[in-house]
Amino acid sequence: MNKKIVSAVLCGAMILGSAVPAMAGTADGKKIALVGKSAGNAFFEIAAASFVETAEAEGATVDTVYPEAATADAQIKVLDNLISQDYDAICISANDVNALQAKLQEAMDEGIKISCFDSATNPDSRQIFINQAGTVAVGQALLDAVLDIAGGEGQFAILSATSQAANQNAWIDAMKNIMESDDTYANLELVEVAYGDDEPQKSTDQTAALLEKYPDLKVICAPTTVGIAAAAKYLQDNGSACKLTGLGLPSEMLEYTGADDEHSCPYFYLWDMQGLGKLSALTTIALVNEDITGALDETFTAGDLGDYTITEADDGGTEVVLGAPLQFNPDNIEEMAKLY
Amino acid sequence: MEKKSFMKKLTGSREALLAVILVLLFVVITIISPSFLTFKSLTDMLKNNAVTMVMSLGMLCVMLVGGIDISIMSTLALTGMSIGMLLKYDHISSTFLAFVIALAIGIACGFLVGLVISRADVPPIIATMGFMYIYRAMGYLVSHNGEWASAAALGKFKDFATTKFLGMSLVIWVIIFCYAVFFVFMKWTTLGRRIYAVGSNPSAAEVSGINVKNIKLLVYTIMGLLAGLGGALQVSIYASAMPDMQQGGEMDVIAACVIGGVSMSGGRGTVLGALLGSLILATIAKALPLIPFFDQLWLNTIKGVIILVVVVVNIVLQRTADKNALKGREM
Repeated sequence: MNKKIVSAVLCGAMILGSAVPAMAGTADGKKIALVGKSAGNAFFEIAAASFVETAEAEGATVDTVYPEAATADAQIKVLDNLISQDYDAICISANDVNALQAKLQEAMDEGIKISCFDSATNPDSRQIFINQAGTVAVGQALLDAVLDIAGGEGQFAILSATSQAANQNAWIDAMKNIMESDDTYANLELVEVAYGDDEPQKSTDQTAALLEKYPDLKVICAPTTVGIAAAAKYLQDNGSACKLTGLGLPSEMLEYTGADDEHSCPYFYLWDMQGLGKLSALTTIALVNEDITGALDETFTAGDLGDYTITEADDGGTEVVLGAPLQFNPDNIEEMAKLY
Repeated sequence: MEKKSFMKKLTGSREALLAVILVLLFVVITIISPSFLTFKSLTDMLKNNAVTMVMSLGMLCVMLVGGIDISIMSTLALTGMSIGMLLKYDHISSTFLAFVIALAIGIACGFLVGLVISRADVPPIIATMGFMYIYRAMGYLVSHNGEWASAAALGKFKDFATTKFLGMSLVIWVIIFCYAVFFVFMKWTTLGRRIYAVGSNPSAAEVSGINVKNIKLLVYTIMGLLAGLGGALQVSIYASAMPDMQQGGEMDVIAACVIGGVSMSGGRGTVLGALLGSLILATIAKALPLIPFFDQLWLNTIKGVIILVVVVVNIVLQRTADKNALKGREM
């Protein structure tokens, strides 16, 4: 039964997917450069592949370029090259918030449209940022998961990446703010934010320490892929009563996700990297076609993803937000694990 | 003969001091967090530090001949990633075979490092820096640009780390086995003694008929072998293979040796020292998150300070020991 429904939905999606490019081709002959942070990030490549597929279906050609190293300097070199090659648009995942400003402004002066995704530059260096999931939306989803898994009350802890990780800190702050302002979460107690530095070894030590320090701990929330996997392994191997949620990769979490006591993680979240790639491609094309300029409150239609409105980003610039993060649970994890 | 036994006592007491430091750490931590001194917590600690502990033995050999190897964690990533991908894509399924392949790749990596250092006379830090980049990049290539081989893909292989024998994880038995073998090897075999000889005085060793080049080749190959073992253990313990695993971890291995009294200039260091050094490091890593008074941000700072204090105490003690030994000679 279930399989039938899934395949029906998939077929529907395929028909829609193939119908859009057939009708459109809104970007015929346009040249877009997609600049990554560095080569060798499988996660990023899911978004990149989806970006390329979407843009090519619209008739554009896309060159995916990676800098030699994951630094702003290396990206500046890449940008230098690109600016001299008449691209219509550059979509970049930035290695540094401010360092690329001069180069990107030079590109914009040349008439090249600049969009950012995955990791934003400052507002002056871009026309728009395509945000995978709003900070508050992530915080809200995680906190709701904690509340649900804890059964409405009790102690929980956060296992983060490094203490300086900007993304993680923003989500954690969002969680704290929501807890303070909303009585729904009054019975939850955040006992500690621990840092596993995105190393399995250190994350394991931190998880063990959390359990030893807080015997009544009900939930650990790990908003980082390495941390959640290490914690899941530790909790599951030890048959701990403490449960886990957070942000993780489905393929890495497949073994630990389940609703029963055998599994340490009932469900967790991540954004939809394929959706992000697609929305980024369509937004960039909208910029190139001058359907939008990247100004506040403009609206556009991103194919079958629906209508999007440009909103104000946390940094004062503008952004489109893909949507709430995707939930991975026992029902969809097997399918999703094949992708991520 | 008398002098020698005097020296022996002193080096013995250096390790005794390390043991005292370790016991002190244990006492302090147990006061702060009583659950630390339980069988489960201690075996957890050993398991979580197995990679560093096992690889410290290789680093001991390398440092004894006056070398250093900073490519080891890249070798670990390459071997771990290789077996991870082989298991993921169902090319192999046997745990034993996975270990054999990991060891073989490790040996090959180490042998190559050893060749460059012993035959081309490239300074170890430079040669291994080169291999650090090469092997790490190869790890990424093997992983198809950064794929993970995760728990579900590793099949039975990951059960190695959760299987218990006489109440302890097989990983811990591997540690015990390695230390036992190296204890005998370094102390009672000709080859082991030759490593010491080359380290304390290469020209004297050369004159007395030891092939210094081959000994150097040997120690880097041993290091590679243990890095390969480390790769297999890492993948099994954490049930995932990532191309960036243990990046920077070589410093922990070197620190374990240095804390354990292994000299950076060669010739000095024992298996017991490496054991105590890596145990002290493991205890610090396990204990710091348990300490409630510190902001977590301070953890690395505290770790650094503790390492420095232990090493300084060690050096001061070494100096007095040297002085005393000389005094003995004057008399």
